[in-house]
Amino acid sequence: MERNAKMAQNNLHVPSNVARPGDAPDFSSVPLEPAGAAARPKIDVAARETHDLSYGLIRVLDDDGKAVGPWDPKLSAETLRTALRHMVQTRIYDNRMLRMHRQGKMSFYMTSNGEEAIAIGQGMALRDEDTLFPSYRQQGLLFVRGRSMVDMASHCMSNARDNLMGRQLPVHYTWREGNLFSISGNLCTQFPQAVGWAMACAYKGEEAIAASWIGEGSSAEGDFHVAMTLASVYRAPVILNLVNNQWAISTFQGIAGGNETTFAAKGIGYGIPGLRVDGNDVLAMHAATTWAAERARKGFGATFIEALTYRGGAHSTSDDPARYRPKEDWGSWPLGDPIERLKTHLIVIGEWSDERHAQMEGEITDQVLNDLKEAEGYGTLNAAPRPDPVTLFDDVLKDMPPNLKRQREEFGA
Amino acid sequence: MPQQNMIQALNAAQDILLERDPNVVIFGEDTGYFGGVFRATDGLQAKHGLQRVFDSPITEAGIIAMAIGMGANGLRPIAEIQFSDYIFPGFDQIISELSRLRYRSAGQYTAPVTVRSPWGGGIRGGQTHSMSPEAFFTHIPGIKVVVPSTPHDAKGLLISAVEDDDPVIFFEPKRLYNGPFDGDHEAAAKSWAQHSGGDVPDGHYTVPLGKAKVVRAGKDASIITYGTMVHVALAAVAKSGIDAEIIDLRTLAPVDLDTITWSVEKTGKCVIVHEAPKTSGFGAELSAAIQENCFYHLEAPITRVTGWDTPYPHAHEWEYFPSQARIINALQHVMKV
Repeated sequence: MERNAKMAQNNLHVPSNVARPGDAPDFSSVPLEPAGAAARPKIDVAARETHDLSYGLIRVLDDDGKAVGPWDPKLSAETLRTALRHMVQTRIYDNRMLRMHRQGKMSFYMTSNGEEAIAIGQGMALRDEDTLFPSYRQQGLLFVRGRSMVDMASHCMSNARDNLMGRQLPVHYTWREGNLFSISGNLCTQFPQAVGWAMACAYKGEEAIAASWIGEGSSAEGDFHVAMTLASVYRAPVILNLVNNQWAISTFQGIAGGNETTFAAKGIGYGIPGLRVDGNDVLAMHAATTWAAERARKGFGATFIEALTYRGGAHSTSDDPARYRPKEDWGSWPLGDPIERLKTHLIVIGEWSDERHAQMEGEITDQVLNDLKEAEGYGTLNAAPRPDPVTLFDDVLKDMPPNLKRQREEFGA
Repeated sequence: MPQQNMIQALNAAQDILLERDPNVVIFGEDTGYFGGVFRATDGLQAKHGLQRVFDSPITEAGIIAMAIGMGANGLRPIAEIQFSDYIFPGFDQIISELSRLRYRSAGQYTAPVTVRSPWGGGIRGGQTHSMSPEAFFTHIPGIKVVVPSTPHDAKGLLISAVEDDDPVIFFEPKRLYNGPFDGDHEAAAKSWAQHSGGDVPDGHYTVPLGKAKVVRAGKDASIITYGTMVHVALAAVAKSGIDAEIIDLRTLAPVDLDTITWSVEKTGKCVIVHEAPKTSGFGAELSAAIQENCFYHLEAPITRVTGWDTPYPHAHEWEYFPSQARIINALQHVMKV
């Protein structure tokens, strides 16, 4: 009895203010500042002057599909159509890959449904020589950089054409030719590495910069603090991006600290300007990244960008979000679908139509199907050809050490 | 030949590396202006500039991660971890990132990082300044692990480590910085000036990674050891009257199994000595490898002399630290069998 009485007085605060299965979606805490309202400061702005930008929301596309305000990047219609094409391609590719996973052609997959504007908008604002340190949900960067889907799918199916020789989980891409760094499955480790890469850019006097992406969940890792501290101390030419998609597998953003502050505001404490950006607004993401890249290239150091979005799909093929969030959540997300928003904008400015969109979707679907079929011709996880198994002993060190030579011999090579 | 202690030799190696390669950079806690708490980078910032030898915040994870990013982007970082006991906040970056980068990217990205770190006991450092954590690292594919035992080897091995295109964990036996400590903590400290290992050539030279050294030839038994224990073993053998061969491994990963098996097959008896605790220590790997490779030549059980399976104590340091007497006992044990 006494113990129960004590339990009744348990004062431990555990955040739980999130809609769960059976609840109606509730996004009342998501700020909906009007598009165009946020000021666009000069690139040499002091971190402390970014208070409003880090607690507000930078948006360009308004509810009517018009681009408004000082952050409008004023991209050409051609560029906007390219962005739309990349975003549509990313989604179609993702969803076809999901089906191929269900068919047993790969061990695992992760879609970026709903988050396409982040990788595409940011990727298009960077230069090819800038090195990217993404997490596993920015595959759109590869489309911006022009990687072939045959190669991407070959990696995911760990087939004979996999440029990673079957050594990495699907989606954990590396593409040196496109300056996309090796994606780790350990979270946030790439954040301080990107800072180190950027420091080397500065050391060599190059204009190239680095950009990295983490999720809001892994901002609780020590490496987040490490990266922010180092980026600030050494004024590294890096863009540190946090994709706040609300969910770390089943754990909502309040458990990562999002109830008490915005993630963007954490930048200020490190002396790094923080921008909170509508992650489903490809124009806003492009504009914020252009601003941050110019800051970095001109020697003003790092920028911390929170992209506010919603993870449309499961965390991965090993996850079932119906067990922890309302099924209709994504459709109720107040910042909409990034593809629909850009499509609407292009139509509003007279540069696109539903017919052209449907035609483009058809073309991309055909291309995706063709490319994935071609990739399957190089094998799948369960069908030859696969990388020669003896290559599993390669690349541990530059020169194979004696212990590995003995083990390779034991293996039968 | 010039006489140097191990700190001077390490300092000279880094000076030469900075001089020869503009991509070499050095950073760590107190390594810049001050020159390191053990002075291994003393004067290098003044000579080579702020941007090549600088201070890092207190962030071992950050020191390693920064080195990975810089190394992948064409630099050749020497990252100092102030004590090997402090390396663990950087452990994930070493184990999950640095060691695997070449493999998981199929050679597209590599990071030629050297992590220098004072290591081992014998300086009254207590549990946070005395550890020998080498076995955590020898267990990991994709990194090399080096432990020198003389100023000569320290300089040559460090130059090899930094010029190597793979990551190297370079553990420096801090009790050997100022002299060849033989385990007799009550005797007057000896200087490297009276030891052949203190003969350090000027200029650039290398000692190859992956090659052990026979520091004493013998026919009765083989002592396999590294670091400070090389000198303790030498003193123990001199007193024992047993003609033991002493192998200084110098590189633990990849280990020079050829030299080990050559010696053990010759003597038929083997004593392994290290400061780290016994259970799952590097001696366990050595013992297994010797058993696998030399079983039919063995005339006695492989015997290990190690630190106890306790945290490194403070007041009872000399009861923990493997002594000459324990090595002599082990030698007598394998000879009697």
